Amino acid sequence: MKKLEEIHEIREQKRKELDLRVNLKADTQEKHILVCRGTGCTSSKSPKIIEELNKAIKENNLNNVRVIQTGCFGLCAKGPIVIIRPEDTFYAVVKPEDCAEIVKTHLVEGKLVERLLCKDIDGTEVKRLDELNFYKKQKRIALKNCGVIDPENIDEYIAFDGYKALEKCLMEMTPDEIIETVTNSGLRGRGGAGFPTGKKWMFTKMAQSDQKYVVCNADEGDPGAFMDRSILEGDPHCVVEAMMIAGYAIGANKGYIYVRAEYPIAVQRFQKAIDQAREYGILGKNIWNTGFDFDLEIRLGAGAFVCGEETALLESIEGRRGQPRLKPPFPANSGLWKEPTLINNVETYANITKIILNGAEWYSSIGTETSKGTKVFALGGNVNNIGLVEVPMGTTLREIVFDIGGGIPNGRQFKAAQTGGPSGGCIPAEHLDTPIDYESLGKIGSMMGSGGLIVMDDSKCMVNLAKFYLGFTVDESCGKCTPCRIGTKRMLELLERITEGEGEEGDIEKLEKLANNIKAASVCGLGQTAPNPVLSTIKYFRDEYEAHIKDKKCPAGECKALASYSIDPNKCKGCGICKKQCPVGAISGEVKSAHVIDPSICIKCGACASKCPFKAISK
Amino acid sequence: MSENKMINITIDGKQLSVEEGKTVLEAARQANIEIPTLCFLKDINEVGDCRMCIVEIEGRRGYTPSCIQKVEEGMNIKTNTPALIEARRVVLDLILSNHDRKCLTCTRNGNCELQALAEKYNVTEIEYDGERNEYEIDELSPAIVKDLNKCILCRRCVATCNKVQEIGAIGVANRGFASCVSTASNASLNDVNCTFCGQCIEACPVGALKEKDSTQLVWRKLRDKDAYVVVQTAPAVRVALGEEFGMEIGTNVAGKMVTALKRLGFDKVFDTNTGADFTIMEEGTEFIERLKNNGVLPMITSCSPGWVRYIEMNYPDLLPHVSTCKSPHQMFGAIIKSYYAEKMNIDPAKIFMVSVMPCISKKFEITRDDMAGAGYSDVDAVLTTRELARMIKQANLDFTTLEDSGFDDPMGEATGAGAIFGTTGGVMEAALRTVSEVLEGKELNKLEFKEVRGEKDIKKADLQIAGKDIKVAVASGLANAKKIMEEIKNGNADYQFVEIMACPGGCVMGGGQPIKSSKIRATVDVRKKRAEGLYSIDEKSQFRKSHENPAVKKIYDEYLEKPGSHKAHELLHTSYVEREKYKM
Repeated sequence: MKKLEEIHEIREQKRKELDLRVNLKADTQEKHILVCRGTGCTSSKSPKIIEELNKAIKENNLNNVRVIQTGCFGLCAKGPIVIIRPEDTFYAVVKPEDCAEIVKTHLVEGKLVERLLCKDIDGTEVKRLDELNFYKKQKRIALKNCGVIDPENIDEYIAFDGYKALEKCLMEMTPDEIIETVTNSGLRGRGGAGFPTGKKWMFTKMAQSDQKYVVCNADEGDPGAFMDRSILEGDPHCVVEAMMIAGYAIGANKGYIYVRAEYPIAVQRFQKAIDQAREYGILGKNIWNTGFDFDLEIRLGAGAFVCGEETALLESIEGRRGQPRLKPPFPANSGLWKEPTLINNVETYANITKIILNGAEWYSSIGTETSKGTKVFALGGNVNNIGLVEVPMGTTLREIVFDIGGGIPNGRQFKAAQTGGPSGGCIPAEHLDTPIDYESLGKIGSMMGSGGLIVMDDSKCMVNLAKFYLGFTVDESCGKCTPCRIGTKRMLELLERITEGEGEEGDIEKLEKLANNIKAASVCGLGQTAPNPVLSTIKYFRDEYEAHIKDKKCPAGECKALASYSIDPNKCKGCGICKKQCPVGAISGEVKSAHVIDPSICIKCGACASKCPFKAISK
Repeated sequence: MSENKMINITIDGKQLSVEEGKTVLEAARQANIEIPTLCFLKDINEVGDCRMCIVEIEGRRGYTPSCIQKVEEGMNIKTNTPALIEARRVVLDLILSNHDRKCLTCTRNGNCELQALAEKYNVTEIEYDGERNEYEIDELSPAIVKDLNKCILCRRCVATCNKVQEIGAIGVANRGFASCVSTASNASLNDVNCTFCGQCIEACPVGALKEKDSTQLVWRKLRDKDAYVVVQTAPAVRVALGEEFGMEIGTNVAGKMVTALKRLGFDKVFDTNTGADFTIMEEGTEFIERLKNNGVLPMITSCSPGWVRYIEMNYPDLLPHVSTCKSPHQMFGAIIKSYYAEKMNIDPAKIFMVSVMPCISKKFEITRDDMAGAGYSDVDAVLTTRELARMIKQANLDFTTLEDSGFDDPMGEATGAGAIFGTTGGVMEAALRTVSEVLEGKELNKLEFKEVRGEKDIKKADLQIAGKDIKVAVASGLANAKKIMEEIKNGNADYQFVEIMACPGGCVMGGGQPIKSSKIRATVDVRKKRAEGLYSIDEKSQFRKSHENPAVKKIYDEYLEKPGSHKAHELLHTSYVEREKYKM
């Protein structure tokens, strides 16, 4: 148990000690080696890197060097990432066997390990993190502490203004003032739908009950999304603190965070954060003698996508099958155990402490007219800089894909980006300059979603893409309502038929009719948005659907059933390699004369095309 | 009582003033605006899952299910726009696409809520056909057949089993398209905690749940020249059978039923009500003995086999509380195969005893051990009310115009006490009529014990009989039975006599009775109408106390000596076993 004064002391002392983390010109002899311990880098052996670094430091008797585990730096494509502060040297794709050299060359001899320095997309060698184009257009608010502090050390969190916002709220602000601040900041739900956060808080505060709950939705389920996981892994205390502020504002003294069990590091760090906060007397009874009680518990999800839907999540917390409830009543009035419940997503909470400390005006100065602040995206797919990015609302898709993401690899062309995961839609090249905000994305048939952003190059078939997402929703439908349970399955079957060359005239219209009815008639958000990937690909790439149906061709060449391999006799030198590669004996021809493929035998495996030294075989 | 607040709404342009708390569906029905439903079952399954009852509400995105949406001031609702009709057709199309559409060979042909909707919405072909889930049919139990190929996942059965009966034998397993109504470990209903109450069948809008057919066996026996085929009919059958022929709910069709049974070719047609009179004689005697000799109290009735199966599975330690009396039709069967056979000089081995029952669990009951009082199984086949109706239809009998006939002697005349066995509280009332006279040692004027009548879940009464304070309780529905059992288990029950029926409302609402659509169940009090039919039989009866039944008196005099005698025990009593809930 620590008194408030003791917390202040920790903050002051630790802040000085950790100045070198954020101040390149820090006047110190100390060095901190920051090693990413997010899930990605951890699976690329970053714990071993920490071990090896410590070993080398000990061997070289360096007393002024500390190795710190941190959360995600964002540029996952370059992981495992090792950064040395205060000079901010950035070593990329580090292996455990590089550690001895890093310590010897960089720390003992004071020279850079050139071969490990990160290269930007344009080939320029980057010595410092902030020189990377990847970071230039980013603004880190939700991710402020990720990659800066050791997430398992509450003192480091306190050093960087941790629990200061809570103190401000409990000591200086009334619940109404807090809600007013959140409202005026313009913050909207980062889970996807973008409901004004302040309004949600107000509704839950207004609901009459002796018992209310605060819930954090950390059931991140979109394929390719890892924003919430990274926040929980890199800065768990900021979510604890925000949930406490929310509890104080709406009159709740109990909170639950619903995390998927597939996020073991996030779960472990969050539990540690809860334990530390309890130990410091930050969570518990009569916090800092204010009379405010608050405690938090983790609830593990078993990986059902539908449990990210807030009412299904509540059912699951209560121990039942994860199925959505009908709304209204909304959770603000009847949530967990029928009590008023505030549910926000991880990233939403991650903005709260900053809004409280810096003010609503500061926050609302960032972003666009209707979408304030920043948004974190998990950038993936056919893009060079795969990773976690946080940009001010209003940044264009082009800036994210090309300036931050470094463009499309392998010299290919940008074809489309998918936002909002299986609930969202695709955005074609013609809309690359659309500013990213809730309304603009909605207008072009996509949605903000929780922040998965998957880039596709011109080798990707859009019908196949729609099929992939439908396959996901069919698997993840809970089975409660008819349109989603059977309707999505029928849509998938239609798409399967089309990609297998068995599409019929009228299938597109059939898909559209079914899609629109599923959207309007399904119980919850999952079903209501499940047809979006189909509708948006039909909207922008109708010709591709038609090519599959009418011409039995897949223009992108991705749909195997529609591919037909042929050998260009002008390019073929008759080397015979393809003939040897073919597993079914579909290729014939004499040496030194052009070979031919028998399409009735060919199984379209593509082995011949990949081995042809003259690129004479095409789909 | 203050008047409920009224809410002003508009449905399809009609301005309405509706009581607060009503759903849009209820409001529409009040105004004679029809909205189709499928998964909705009033008070039991109000979930809005199937999406047939969707409506448009001004200012709302998407469609809203009217079955659960409460009316709100100023709500402007549209129920039949072209867009809604298309959406409902799509929903119906999707359901049908995953439905085993063998309507012609389905027991629910003509009485299927899905079929009625398909006809109404003019679904003549399936637009979104595709893969269909295929399941093995579960027909291992003696009572219930579960055919998931016909299941539309409305979950009315699941809600009934879990919420009304609190058994939880079935639930939903798997996700999405693979979701299905399943038991624990997907075992047969025969091997889990199912009591065979059959309420799930009553809830099913399609043919996914049905009784195990016995009509074929009975037809076969009726053709068998060597067999002496005797039939008996339970009290509740006669006030429901007419419904299958379009007659008003609760109409007493005993006379037509007897005529029909004779025309079907049964050698004798008897009344189970007489069996009920025997039950009262035995059970009343057993109760008085327990009362006098400090036996295990409260004594609990044993007429309902679903209930017996329930206690055997869930409260085996409390089995000594259950009366050892067989249920009326088993008693009656035992007497037919002993006394009657002797008297008529018929080889009991040749007697084939058929019971027409409102009950599914009776099909299981006849397979129990210790149910062969005369050395031959008391009863050989059980037909539900529905199955009898099917046989009558097959025989081309124009049921509504049949003349009346009486049950066959020598056991034709039953008492009103026997008749009211068919409704909750009836056994208790019949027993009290006899027990109070036996204890008081004189004829009493009190015939009606209205405190044990009616629809309340649990009815209690505190009676003064022969200077004794006698407390009784009556429960119907297994969720209510559970409450009483918990009281007994925890030592909080101060009753001496308890009546329990597995089905809510008693046998009139048994799992073998004519199936009523969701709409009828929501708008008509079926239980009350059928029960009134029985009470009216009681009122008109010459004899209203079991111990005054001349046939019963005669058989005790000639054959059984007296109630509770050794002979009576041999024929009319049975035993119970502790039963495993899950045979896995």
